[in-house]
Amino acid sequence: MAAPLTLLLLVAVTVRAALFRSSLSELISERVEVVSPLTAWKRVIEGLALLDLGVSPYSGDVFHETPLTIYLFHFLVDYAEVTFMVSVAGSSVVVTYLILFQFRKQKFALEADRYPLDCLELIRSPKEMYYIPLKVAMFYLLNPFTILSCVAKSTCGLNNAIIALFILSTIKGNVLLSAIFLSLATYQSIYPLTLCAPALLYLMQRQYIPVNFRRASFWWFIVQYAFMYLGSLFVIICLSFFLLGSWDYLPSVYGFILSVPDLTPNIGLFWYFFAEMFEHFRLFFLCVFQINVFFYTIPLSIKLKEHPVFLIFMQLAVISIFKSYPTVGDISLYMAFLPVWSHLHRFLRNIFLVSCVLLACSALFPVLWHLWIYAGSANSNFYYAITLLFNVAQILLVSDYFYAFLRREHHLTYGLYLKRKDGSEATLVLK
Amino acid sequence: SLEELVIRPLHSGDIYTSFQFRTLWETDFTRENKVSHYRLFPKSLGQVISKFSVRELHISFTQGYWRTMQWGQPYLPSPPGAELWVWFQDSLTDVDGTWKELTNVLSGIFCASLNFIDSTNTVQPSASFKPLGIGNVTDHQIVCTENLTPWKKLLPCGSKAGLAVLLKSEKLFHSSFHSQAVHIRPVCKDDQCKTTSWELRQTLNVVFDLHNSGQGKNEWSLFKMFSRTLTEACPVASSSKIYIDITDNSQGEQFELSPATPLLSQAVVLGDRRTFSVYDLTQQITFGTICNVLKLPVTYSAHAGDMLRPLLHAERYVAGYGLQTGEIHTLMYNNHPYRSFPVLLLDSVPWYLRLYIHTLTVTSKGKDNKPSYIHYQPSKDRVRPHLLEMLVQLPPNSVTEVTLQFERALLKWTEYTPDPNHGFYVGSSVISSLVPSIVAMDTNNSRERPLFSSFFPSKEESSYFVRVYTEPLLVNLPTPDFSMPYNVICLTCTVVAVGYGSLYNLLTRSFQIEEPSPGLAKRIANIIRKMRGVPPL
Repeated sequence: MAAPLTLLLLVAVTVRAALFRSSLSELISERVEVVSPLTAWKRVIEGLALLDLGVSPYSGDVFHETPLTIYLFHFLVDYAEVTFMVSVAGSSVVVTYLILFQFRKQKFALEADRYPLDCLELIRSPKEMYYIPLKVAMFYLLNPFTILSCVAKSTCGLNNAIIALFILSTIKGNVLLSAIFLSLATYQSIYPLTLCAPALLYLMQRQYIPVNFRRASFWWFIVQYAFMYLGSLFVIICLSFFLLGSWDYLPSVYGFILSVPDLTPNIGLFWYFFAEMFEHFRLFFLCVFQINVFFYTIPLSIKLKEHPVFLIFMQLAVISIFKSYPTVGDISLYMAFLPVWSHLHRFLRNIFLVSCVLLACSALFPVLWHLWIYAGSANSNFYYAITLLFNVAQILLVSDYFYAFLRREHHLTYGLYLKRKDGSEATLVLK
Repeated sequence: SLEELVIRPLHSGDIYTSFQFRTLWETDFTRENKVSHYRLFPKSLGQVISKFSVRELHISFTQGYWRTMQWGQPYLPSPPGAELWVWFQDSLTDVDGTWKELTNVLSGIFCASLNFIDSTNTVQPSASFKPLGIGNVTDHQIVCTENLTPWKKLLPCGSKAGLAVLLKSEKLFHSSFHSQAVHIRPVCKDDQCKTTSWELRQTLNVVFDLHNSGQGKNEWSLFKMFSRTLTEACPVASSSKIYIDITDNSQGEQFELSPATPLLSQAVVLGDRRTFSVYDLTQQITFGTICNVLKLPVTYSAHAGDMLRPLLHAERYVAGYGLQTGEIHTLMYNNHPYRSFPVLLLDSVPWYLRLYIHTLTVTSKGKDNKPSYIHYQPSKDRVRPHLLEMLVQLPPNSVTEVTLQFERALLKWTEYTPDPNHGFYVGSSVISSLVPSIVAMDTNNSRERPLFSSFFPSKEESSYFVRVYTEPLLVNLPTPDFSMPYNVICLTCTVVAVGYGSLYNLLTRSFQIEEPSPGLAKRIANIIRKMRGVPPL
């Protein structure tokens, strides 16, 4: 496993280094699909320049990174490219090892006994599973979205690295580290808060605590985790206060993420919606859209309480699609996990359509942007339409995988070849 | 009160006329609460000063752009559009509220839409405007005849007598450049400055275009310029004079004045010694002769290079293509052959052009020229504009270029002007400096200096204060489609609903084997059989 992984890392680093040195890096770091007002490198440099001028970076509306990020880049600004490459490589390594670790726990023989005989083909053999971690690493490192995001030096790469570390520590069973990394991820952008639920479920499963509201051990574990999580979050926020000496960063970072004042186009749904919103309803729809991100946590946790790893994937996908300033870097994170569920491919219904639409939209984004902004022959509706299509395709992809997962679970319980009452082959529908 | 008119023929063949009216008012606001003795000072402005604790106020309305390279330096520079500077008393606590009320009252007095002045285009510069302040607005506004009438009403003689008779709107607005301004400030009555009085100055600067005014032959007269004649002197004016700048005409070769006048006066204006022919309107003799005949038959020889090049000159433009980013370039020309001097550049850029201060470059003669003082206040979206003040040393005989990159924001659809594709105006930047003068001055500090030379007091004799305004910029922003709000809301909510719907289905429903439902005929048959009590098909 180590050798092919090293080779993959070398290839990835070479590709990124080549792009860093070329003239494309300037072009890519200006693309609105790759960077957002939250993650743009240009704005980090601007924040550092404001700090040098003696003005607080949060006094204006250009800089929206957290104080710890300024502090980090204050020292690393000359080594920015290396930092981002390291973070990408690090997250891919982390993800590989977490998948490996997860798979080691599953023993083929144990699994085979639990399920009906005809389901044996649904269960993965160790031989199939052997290459999955490598595939995951490949999906993350060589995904064009990740490469673009890294070359643009978008701080999304750092966010992804922290989330990857959080997942690794959760899967390894380290409660404290999991809480700390989750609080760091939440500190960077608010949305990873929803990853609390899958983390709790996984850790409880690992410690054999039954997920039952009436049990005291359940609540006790939740209290412990919440205490560690909130405590580390509090420490980090106070540290940020002492770094810059004021609470200015709270409205600039969190107020900005939640109230969406900047309507720069991106691949998400928020910008055009709020550009064309009637003033009277703005607050209402803002609340609706923000609640939409957090809303699926409880229902998904209830449905997937035995499968917290899939729940993490679903949560990451929901966050990436519905967050206020998404970029392709966020998408690449949940797409990296797709090979883990390669055994679901036989149940996927729309995969061809979805992949075609995603490819077409990715190709059309720069074309229509150019037509709107530079050529002047298209207007904003064209770009907005492709945004809509891209998000619909992502939603279809995620719900398709969810459908396939649920269907596989159903087959594992009831058998693979189901028959109707009269003995003919049955069709399964959702009722 | 004093009134004067200065006429200066310019090298390009245009005529620059500048009216100045000054009224003094002896009263002290700090002691009394109620002031009722106005005399010649207009009551509306007096009430404004006392109610809003104003210490100094400068308001100007300008149409057209002053072409420094062709016309030289103006006596009083003003940016295109409307500009308001106010310096409040120290005792004032609520500056923002007072500022808002003041702008509304002034827009009523001057019939101008100054109420668009709010925090999004007001700045408080730290260095550029001393003592002349808090609050500035530079914005684009069409100046029209409706603004001239209230301005004329503030004059002591109105438009009935004296020089104000010449102010006829049709001719004044049919010109290349016109600017009317009102300046209120306290001045010292004596050398020790024990008592102060309020000075109200009203200025009107107009540049008449030779060709535009339909002058076939090169002959100007007061009647031809203003379509009015001087009828009588203003009775309340203590001095009423007309000055004609004849510096370029010392031997009478370029033009000749008719009727000629023996009165001559010399003054140092903007670092340059100029000679003027003076017509004193309070003398009955003058009136008898000049009535409506003041002629300036002008025969110009082609060399315009004789004009003294302005020592400080600035230009500004937007570079870049597309609607995403751009660059503002400001060029400052120092035409002094051997002296370098520092200039203070003040830029106020609206918030929707997001400036990136780390891209600021200042180059002179191809080399980097680091400004010695930078005060930058970044903008807050929809609250306040960017404010950039820099002190730059301009090397002699050079061009200094200041470049700054910006990003164009997408605004909410209600925030666009009615014609969004016209673009948005960015106010002029202000360049202030003490420019060393080439001409050596004499130290005769006589009090009898004409008004127009004494507006900005200069500390040293060998330099004078210059303020240059650059062009306003017109910048296009990306626009959303204004016909689509309902459609956008529907479509985006549809996409969110697609997500919600799929996940809801998968979460609330479970898999079941589907039994095919029998055809309609069979179902009816089954119902009948059930009623009969017979087992179904």
